[in-house]
Amino acid sequence: MAGIRARFRLDWPGFTLDIDLELPTKGIIALFGHSGSGKTTLLRCIAGLERAPDGFLALNGEIWQNGAHWLPTHKRPLGYVFQEASLFPHLTVMGNLRYGMRRVSRERRVNLDQAIELLGIGHLLDRKPDRLSGGERSRIGIARALAVNPRLLLMDEPLAALDLQRKQDILPYLERLHDELEIPALYVSHSPDEVARLADHLVVMESGRVLADGPLTETLARIDLPIRLGEDVGAIIEATVGAVDNAWHLARVDFSGGSLWTRDRGLPVGRRVRVRVLARDVSLAREHPGQSSIQNVLHGRVDAIADDDHPGLVLVRVRIGAAMLVARLTRRAVAGLGIVPEQNLWVQVKSVALME
Amino acid sequence: MPLSDSDLQALWLTVRLAGIVTLILLVVGTPIAWWLARAKSWWKGPIGAVVALPLVLPPSVLGFYLLLAMGPHGPVGQLTQALGIGLLPFTFWGLVIASVFYSLPFMVQPLQTAFEAIGDRPLEVAATLRASPLDAFFTVAVPLALPGFLTASILTFAHTVGEFGVVLMIGGNMPGVTRVASVQIYDHVEALEYMQAHHLSAVMLIFSFLVLLILYAWRPNPKKGV
Repeated sequence: MAGIRARFRLDWPGFTLDIDLELPTKGIIALFGHSGSGKTTLLRCIAGLERAPDGFLALNGEIWQNGAHWLPTHKRPLGYVFQEASLFPHLTVMGNLRYGMRRVSRERRVNLDQAIELLGIGHLLDRKPDRLSGGERSRIGIARALAVNPRLLLMDEPLAALDLQRKQDILPYLERLHDELEIPALYVSHSPDEVARLADHLVVMESGRVLADGPLTETLARIDLPIRLGEDVGAIIEATVGAVDNAWHLARVDFSGGSLWTRDRGLPVGRRVRVRVLARDVSLAREHPGQSSIQNVLHGRVDAIADDDHPGLVLVRVRIGAAMLVARLTRRAVAGLGIVPEQNLWVQVKSVALME
Repeated sequence: MPLSDSDLQALWLTVRLAGIVTLILLVVGTPIAWWLARAKSWWKGPIGAVVALPLVLPPSVLGFYLLLAMGPHGPVGQLTQALGIGLLPFTFWGLVIASVFYSLPFMVQPLQTAFEAIGDRPLEVAATLRASPLDAFFTVAVPLALPGFLTASILTFAHTVGEFGVVLMIGGNMPGVTRVASVQIYDHVEALEYMQAHHLSAVMLIFSFLVLLILYAWRPNPKKGV
């Protein structure tokens, strides 16, 4: 039985965790929600750091916890990346990396060089943790978790303690992790941007419960969720770089329902990319807009309409081929244009963010 | 040489007693301190109070009860007699046992503080890196608490060197067996041998000052760790 099966119930004063999840064991699964939504607690339950009395947990059919049986943390084949890296201060970087590796059976030992190379920490091995920057510590925390050759990687906001610049430095490493390793990972985050860049599967949590769970693009485009993303509401499209226009420094990305032009970021033609389109950058028109500064115009069909945070605003989801976009419009505009489900109309996209 | 042979004998006995007591308490006190630092049990309060009792109790009270317990009618005395060891009062090993009780808080409390300062996180990290609780204790908690172990050992040693009341109650005053430096000084004064008392007292004073100097001048690296 492939997949992660997790069922936990915890009653704490002022907080209840109550989840029942079936997750794929492939790619990066983002546990997304505001702080206090129970993401970290769920991750700790999976790691065995928190004990939910009547919980159930199995990885690919192998039971880690049920009523009678409870595998202690040190016997679970997982890797855990803590929020503040939490390196052992009495060991060097190499000592930290080897701590877990030495405790894994010989057959399951990995080549440490791969993790060191992947995270670019080769020049730091002899240092003590107090002589490292925050970003370096994070990378070593990740490498240390990989060094035990885990069958499941758990990451608790590994970037939360870092400033924006450091985050931008580390995200490429996480993307390489995603592309080059086969290990499924649960990634706790409250940043829509990180989720959009890294995740394949999305679990949205609020107040200890799961609001939604499913493949990333579908789940992000759900506009019926009570979770409030504010300016971050938007959709993700999986696309391929189709053409590069060197004269205008633009690149064309193609997806099943059409194509979009965006700033050329030097990616080669044929590269798979993710495109993020925020709801505030999408507008709708009944007629083809003709001459306009907005040059990305697609044809789509209204899929769903839902209320937004503000009573004057509405979210409209439009299907373009197999892809979906979300537009944020005023309620008056929706009424004035007479937008209803199943209606065909033109979609103007003002801005597109390209993510490798 | 201003110290007589019996003075040297008393000093050597003192060092031997303090050394053995410190070693025993490292073994006995560490698990108690670990439990006190990490347990969430209701028993934590009462046990902590019992461990701290020697700090406030007059040594004669502690000595008196230990004397009763180890005496021929006490539970410990009956056990030692049944085991063929004989009676412990007025022997070196009786003194060792009494000193273990007397110096217990000086080992347990600094260790407990050191263990509490480590927090849960490093041990959780160790568990996710496949270390069993015992493994994590020796490879993570002990190295991180090393300054605490040093402080606790130095304090225990020094405190045992300085004891007097318990020795008088349990050990008496037998040369080479139970006559430690503090008792030897008392004897010198009783015999009006003030010069000898001065010399031995000066040794004790310098020793105590050096110990405290080490403790106060030496501070572990305050840089934050985990």
